[in-house]
Amino acid sequence: MKKERLITRRGAIVAGVAAVGGFVVARRFPKILPPTCGNVLRAGDSFTYGAQRALLGQSLVREYAASDVTSFPATGTTDPGVKMKSELGEAYRRMQAGAFAEWRLSVEGSVARPRAFSLAELKQFSPRTQITRHTCEEGWTAIAQWTGVPLSAVLDAVGILPTARFVVYSAYDDWIDSIDLLDALHPQTILAYGMNGRDLPLAHGAPVRLRVERQMGYKSMKYLRRLVVTDRFEDGGEKGNIQTGWAWYTGI
Amino acid sequence: MTDRPTERIPAKGAERHAAWVRISHWIVTASVFALVFSGFEILMVHPRLYWGNAGNDLTPALLELPISRNYKHRGYDQPRPFFASSGGPVSASRTYDIFNQNGWGRSLHFLSAWLLVLPGAVYLLVGLLRGHFRSHLWPRMKELSPGLVRRELVDHLRFRIPPARGGPRYGLLQKSAYTFVVFVAAPLMILTGLTMSPAVTSAVPFLLRLFGGYQSARTIHFFTSVVVVLFVIAHVVMVARSGFRRQIRAMTVGE
Repeated sequence: MKKERLITRRGAIVAGVAAVGGFVVARRFPKILPPTCGNVLRAGDSFTYGAQRALLGQSLVREYAASDVTSFPATGTTDPGVKMKSELGEAYRRMQAGAFAEWRLSVEGSVARPRAFSLAELKQFSPRTQITRHTCEEGWTAIAQWTGVPLSAVLDAVGILPTARFVVYSAYDDWIDSIDLLDALHPQTILAYGMNGRDLPLAHGAPVRLRVERQMGYKSMKYLRRLVVTDRFEDGGEKGNIQTGWAWYTGI
Repeated sequence: MTDRPTERIPAKGAERHAAWVRISHWIVTASVFALVFSGFEILMVHPRLYWGNAGNDLTPALLELPISRNYKHRGYDQPRPFFASSGGPVSASRTYDIFNQNGWGRSLHFLSAWLLVLPGAVYLLVGLLRGHFRSHLWPRMKELSPGLVRRELVDHLRFRIPPARGGPRYGLLQKSAYTFVVFVAAPLMILTGLTMSPAVTSAVPFLLRLFGGYQSARTIHFFTSVVVVLFVIAHVVMVARSGFRRQIRAMTVGE
């Protein structure tokens, strides 16, 4: 009997240490995590985010050979000019008619030199080409070759301020999303204007989409319109993922 | 301190389930229930399984499961080839809205996965330090004689299940099943799950080589989950068969 009691006490000590440890970690969460803990599911996402950022570090995703390129479904918005009945749809149709010569990517927020880049200006940066796997949250995957400018080069050009922590991006189909600076400055995070050796097709986000290779596909936003560098986490309201019930961080 | 009359003294030589075993048992039970539930929802969104790294609606499936209204639903417009050569990869645009509840489905899956991984790690550590696996779970050499193995098999097939002893003194098949779930099925579930994480495989690309790619890992993840569900069913049937109330008392209050 005595032995049994001792085991119980030791178990209680283990549980106590775990609880205190959990509390200490939880107290640190607000400093390293965006405040997305709106409910218990978002708290779980934030825990995954913290654990992956703490344990995984910066490394490149696997790049494939040209012979590995596969068929690639286009899902979600496949033509903002048709889908969007708003001014955004109208603006997109106009730009598309002019072969996107009028398209601009506005880069603003916590930056020293905010400016808008044309497609030709983005193509003046040293390009990066990568053959990577797109991992859709639905469960399917597809491999394609992407060509574009590393987001880090564009952020360098505008000079992000020392207080910057997130890059918020929005699109012509009116979605807003964001990534932290670790993903924004990742060498494989690119503003892609080419796919499989050609201009980015309309259905895959023409003229420029984001590639965030260490997260699920839906973070790689199509039809980019605007980048805003922010010091604080912003959930994007009803146009963002969190308020519509989806995870912000999808390194998974 | 006077003896409480309600406290039952176990029969001589009988061991009870340790508190840490009982606690981790029920946490893992809750976690597996939520994982199977949310995993089924996630599978319904894309009930096609593949082998290798890539697979989608425009490529052939290894197996398609008839479990969702997305089953064999091919609402795509005319495929357009990416390259000049014929028979190469194509692009096609989806023209319909599919069933998709992955917003809560996946977040619930990972929340419950943490409930499996963290208590599971504590369970493994304590189990090794305490000698729990050596003394209770791993089959002993002398139990593995052909005669004993055959008798256990025949007894189980004839559904002759010995009454519960209320503690960790297990039969040979029981030990083998628990050992398989703890040391084979659970690690395989977790590793194939991690292989589906683009962030994890960027840091540990070995996982993709180990399982032959993302989609292979997803397929193995599914079939291992089927094995785990079959284990849970067999486990519950055995618990009921060997004395449900006694077994539940043994795994909760520990008598």
